[in-house]
Amino acid sequence: MATGAIRNMTGGESFGALALALFGVTCLIIAGLTDHGGYAFHMVVFALASVLAFRAIIVRRYHGQGPEPQEINGKPNYNFGPVKFATAAAMFWGIAGFLVGLVIALQLAFPVLNFDLPWTNFGRLRPLHTSAVIFAFGGNVLLATSFYVVQRTCHARLAGDLSPWFVVLGYNLFIVIAGTGYLLGITQGKEYAEPEWYADLFLTVVWVVYLLVFLATIWKRKEPHIYVANWFYLAFIVTIAVLHLGNNMTIPVSLTSPKSYIVWSGVQDAMFQWWYGHNAVGFFLTAGFLAIMYYFIPKRAERPVYSYRLSIIHFWALIFLYIWAGPHHLHYTALPDWAQTLGMTFSIMLWMPSWGGMINGLMTLSGAWDKLRTDPVLRMMVVSVAFYGMSTFEGPLMSVRAVNSLSHYTDWTIGHVHSGALGWVGYVSFGAIYCLVPWLWNKERLYSNRLVEWHFWISTIGIVLYISAMWVSGIMQGLMWRAYTSLGYLEYSFIETVAAMHPYYVIRALGGGLFLAGALIMVYNLIMTVRAAPNALEKGVAPAAGLQPAE
Amino acid sequence: MSDITSGKAPKPSLWSKHKIFETNSIILVLGVLVMISFGGLVEIAPLFYLKSTIEKVEGMRPYTPLELAGRAIYVREGCYNCHSQMIRPLRDEIERYGHYSLAAESMYDKPFQWGSKRTGPDLARVGGKYSDDWHLQHLNTPRSIVPQSIMPGYPFLAKTDLSFDDIATEMKVQSFTGVPYTPEMMAAAKDDLRAQTDPDHPKAADFAKRYPKANMRDFDGNPQRITEADALIAYLQVLGTLVDFKTYDNKANLR
Repeated sequence: MATGAIRNMTGGESFGALALALFGVTCLIIAGLTDHGGYAFHMVVFALASVLAFRAIIVRRYHGQGPEPQEINGKPNYNFGPVKFATAAAMFWGIAGFLVGLVIALQLAFPVLNFDLPWTNFGRLRPLHTSAVIFAFGGNVLLATSFYVVQRTCHARLAGDLSPWFVVLGYNLFIVIAGTGYLLGITQGKEYAEPEWYADLFLTVVWVVYLLVFLATIWKRKEPHIYVANWFYLAFIVTIAVLHLGNNMTIPVSLTSPKSYIVWSGVQDAMFQWWYGHNAVGFFLTAGFLAIMYYFIPKRAERPVYSYRLSIIHFWALIFLYIWAGPHHLHYTALPDWAQTLGMTFSIMLWMPSWGGMINGLMTLSGAWDKLRTDPVLRMMVVSVAFYGMSTFEGPLMSVRAVNSLSHYTDWTIGHVHSGALGWVGYVSFGAIYCLVPWLWNKERLYSNRLVEWHFWISTIGIVLYISAMWVSGIMQGLMWRAYTSLGYLEYSFIETVAAMHPYYVIRALGGGLFLAGALIMVYNLIMTVRAAPNALEKGVAPAAGLQPAE
Repeated sequence: MSDITSGKAPKPSLWSKHKIFETNSIILVLGVLVMISFGGLVEIAPLFYLKSTIEKVEGMRPYTPLELAGRAIYVREGCYNCHSQMIRPLRDEIERYGHYSLAAESMYDKPFQWGSKRTGPDLARVGGKYSDDWHLQHLNTPRSIVPQSIMPGYPFLAKTDLSFDDIATEMKVQSFTGVPYTPEMMAAAKDDLRAQTDPDHPKAADFAKRYPKANMRDFDGNPQRITEADALIAYLQVLGTLVDFKTYDNKANLR
């Protein structure tokens, strides 16, 4: 029985099954050897996932489901399964991440909500929130859209048979390992790079396969040119790989310990961390989502991208300048001044390519501005680009040393991040998903545009409450810290400045609650779209309108 | 829809040179790699060879095994999410927290814990500022000491025995990457850890020799057990106390 199946297996299936078996057994052995409970739990999760994936490969063979044909009737046979999965996962993690964000916002206003338990305290939940929204929500949006866009713009089926599934499932498994790890106290203690060495290694494998799937799909393209969105996706994938490897150069204490120590220390580690941290913003949250902008806005507005030349200039300028900006997170610290000055200078220059991207996105609406009145999905994406413009103006401003001396360590930074995260990344993602779901599930339209309107307005009010509360609290606390009495003494003790934050923390939580409520409306709308919206007449309804290869 | 260039013969301009990136994915990827390598190389690499990066100071030593274990708890609980360990050279910060932080003071920190947000105060020089009892009660129930505090309580630390089976291996990994732990320090790690919580420990004198001026006492008010609170308080009490600022020459370290 088994031999028949093995004979029919493709090379990829045999390799996959063998790798899974080896990986699963190794994890089980480590789980048995370690005396760290959380680590053992993670090894069991890895082993279980290997078993399930192994079984899926075998079952697939027995059901005679082989590799799908590349084309059907001369048309590309697009592979939308992994795209659908990543889209649904994005919404799931989005809700989870927004909810944890609301919880920790409430904890800052009402500390009793920490419950003083290890796994519910702010210190462990905050990385859970940041990772859930950036890497789980944002990451799945990027996986879904990149796998969709690269197929559509190359007119080719996604490369690989099992690999695309390995990428989306493996990435989400990484999310589960990372997130549960924080709750169990497994962390490297580096912001936005908290997962420990074994999760990092696993992610590296997933990421390399992601890059290969993406590149191999480009190699199969029917178009002579690589579309501009794909430049941004490639820059995002490649640079994140470099950053991830650079900032996670750790030596594990042992195979049976979840802990590791970074190779460099102190000031060098700080520079590495913010080289990574700022470019997680630059390449994950900016380049990746600019790719989304470059596909979905022209598509939805049915207009070509405003300027081809602007897209070339701002692409190369953006990736060249962004990588220098990290030291602005370390102004007035023990990092040498020359590095701080470089970071500040390049951050200010970065304003230009950022606004180049914004202008290219907004001006794509030329001749289609009227659609903002009738299409709330397009409006959401256009507002996202406006938020992008706003936060990429605010960023260079805050990177000026004198401004930073006030803003650093305060809520101003938190407000700045959220105008980018909620306004830009959130809205452009929501817009893309509102576009994608009807396309993927072959629906004529969304279930309800009115609900999109509700989502848009509720969450916009939420964002405004959030960021204005953080501006006020941040600037106020910064000023209170440096306030002197007429006798030349510091006017406020630290705790007085904490107490003064309370009303703004309540307003912030309210804003976050509204943002979450909007996202819940979205989930309902999407579920009803899949269930109840009328089917599209023709399969693959999305026309290639507005999208030309970048030339 | 409309194609910007369709129908027109491409003019031989500088823009047409960009075609190579748009038609060859490997060249595009290489182009990206080249562009992103400048910033990192220029900003990071010199930090490893410029001697001025880390100031010359007296008094810096690696953490004792107990402090190291306490630091791991600091990291585990995510204290860095709300507390910085980096005093900036600004008048109000120096008056509030003490001498601005030096790069030398975190030269053995893996990872660095400078932080990015002060929801709570800076901790770079919290060592010796409060008593052990203060820390213990503050960790257990922060609002019993500071009524307006929004810090979570950590009552479980004083109830949990410190696990330090791996401590010697952890020091070995650190020494492998530049922290000057001697073979002797690593071999005696567990005894040193116990001795620091108990001045009557038979190896106490050896410990004091290996880590001069280290705090040596029961930190959590419970001499029967070595708890996570022992380790964390030992770590907090050493923060910012190592460098001897009487001998520190500010002018010699302009960077």
